[in-house]
Amino acid sequence: MTYLPLLGILIIILGFALRFNPMVVVPVAAIATGLLAGLDLGQVISKLGKAFNDSRLIAVPWIVLPVIGLLERYGLQQRAKAVIGGFRAATAGRLLIVYLVYRQAISAIGLHSTAGHPQTVRPLVAPMAVAAAEKQHGPLDEETSDKVKAYAAATDNVGLFFGEDIFFAIGSIILIQQTLEAYGIPLSPLELAVWAIPSAIAAFLVHSARLMMLDRKLASLPRSGGEGDHPKGGGGVADQASANDPSTPLRGVPLPISDGEAKS
Amino acid sequence: MITGQHVLYLVGAMFGAFAILSAFDRTNPKRFGNAAFWGLFALSLIGGSRLGDFANGLIVLALAALAGLKLIGRGAPSTTRAESDARGERHGNALLIPILIVLVVAVTGTLLYLYTPLHQTGLFEKNRETFVLLCVGVLLALAFIFAWLKPPALAPLQEGRRLIDAVGWAVVLPMMLAALGLVLADTGVGRTLGGIILVVIPEGSILPAVIAFGLGMALFTIITGNAFAAFPVMATAIAVPLLIQTYHGDPAVIGAIGMLAGFCGTLMTPMAANFNLVPSALLELKDPNGVIKVQIGTALPLLAINILFIYFLAWR
Repeated sequence: MTYLPLLGILIIILGFALRFNPMVVVPVAAIATGLLAGLDLGQVISKLGKAFNDSRLIAVPWIVLPVIGLLERYGLQQRAKAVIGGFRAATAGRLLIVYLVYRQAISAIGLHSTAGHPQTVRPLVAPMAVAAAEKQHGPLDEETSDKVKAYAAATDNVGLFFGEDIFFAIGSIILIQQTLEAYGIPLSPLELAVWAIPSAIAAFLVHSARLMMLDRKLASLPRSGGEGDHPKGGGGVADQASANDPSTPLRGVPLPISDGEAKS
Repeated sequence: MITGQHVLYLVGAMFGAFAILSAFDRTNPKRFGNAAFWGLFALSLIGGSRLGDFANGLIVLALAALAGLKLIGRGAPSTTRAESDARGERHGNALLIPILIVLVVAVTGTLLYLYTPLHQTGLFEKNRETFVLLCVGVLLALAFIFAWLKPPALAPLQEGRRLIDAVGWAVVLPMMLAALGLVLADTGVGRTLGGIILVVIPEGSILPAVIAFGLGMALFTIITGNAFAAFPVMATAIAVPLLIQTYHGDPAVIGAIGMLAGFCGTLMTPMAANFNLVPSALLELKDPNGVIKVQIGTALPLLAINILFIYFLAWR
């Protein structure tokens, strides 16, 4: 009888495997789990509402979108690319390694929410990484430029996850402390935070190695045009920078995710 | 005192504006769907604490229905690229200043407030300082842009709406998953799963138990999308009874690095929408799972390393 609510987990796994819209799969799984555990429908809906309400601060970083959207209107992404164009030694991998250090460092001192996908990756890190890759390689096809952007987002995640726990007042450290305290194991947050340091170093080394491999892979790709640092047509940094602007080529094509249909 | 709720009022007002502007956007064939979706989300942000749990639950279901029935679309961009290229040339690197204003106000503001006597003023609610200062930075940056470039009054909201429409319902998914996490925790699904895992581990040796703990953290995180949900389950099932009480490992190491093993799982799951699906949408990648695919190569070796760290450091 107690195993019945596990069907909710099965719904989640099946839902994702069959690529149904997660916005439907998730509440259906939650309601099924609650009902199978003996709650009535009203109670389950109230539980959903309460948890949703308690987690609303997740939405705060979106407040930066008006600034970023406005600056993009005036050419922010092209500028971010042009800045990178000015650094001779810049490669996508090296740039992202620098960002990884920054992201780990600010997260370790408790400033994790000052950077992130809306705050830093979309306006600065992703366009700069693509521009650096184009310097190495010439204009990128869409698949490669998507890969570089995905690495930019991944670097933000790795830096955040393996930096934030060094800060002793972060939610996860408090959660560990309180869980263990319930079993009569008293620990100070600082004692816990210290042990996040070895993993932080390991995360830096592993992810940096992968970023260097990205550089090597970019270097080995056949060039799609232009010579050395010079794009086809002789172009200058601005031309090069705008060659693969991430904010526009997909325009008009509905994004799979906003359409509720995952296709690859 | 400026609190988290004040921040939510501001964010809610922004989403409310997105809703109103969506309703008037004739380029979007699903404009009323967008208006309803962002409007309901704004209502939750602004009034959620007063609505009561059941009403909030109905909002959650309505948001799910709007997304599930594909009633949300996207308007046309408000500026062409040629236009923005030319403008980028004209304004130069000063275009980066407003972004730096946001980051610098948030970073140095938080540091100044927390580590000088300023925090004794009690100006900001505890643990909400960065959120408040992020908003302050955004408002200052907008003031700077208006003074300098004099854009049309609605431009920041229209451009913000362009970006939020690109992300779509994924904006709301992380909160939806938090709700699922609570139901799973409250109904004891975690304990049941933990019990199953405990039966599988061979008795008497440390390494298999450590591996089961690390893999369990990662797997449970992959299923629920959140290491916070996995930790209490795995602590109850394996870490406390076996690793700490039976084998006498260092609880600080087991707790701290166990959580990080869970974070390796976060890197590999679409359930962690906030970190994995949202950026794919925000960066307009073709493949919604593009970020996860890149992260697996970092997460798997890192998971192995974290498991070894627990084994060697907790029994040093």
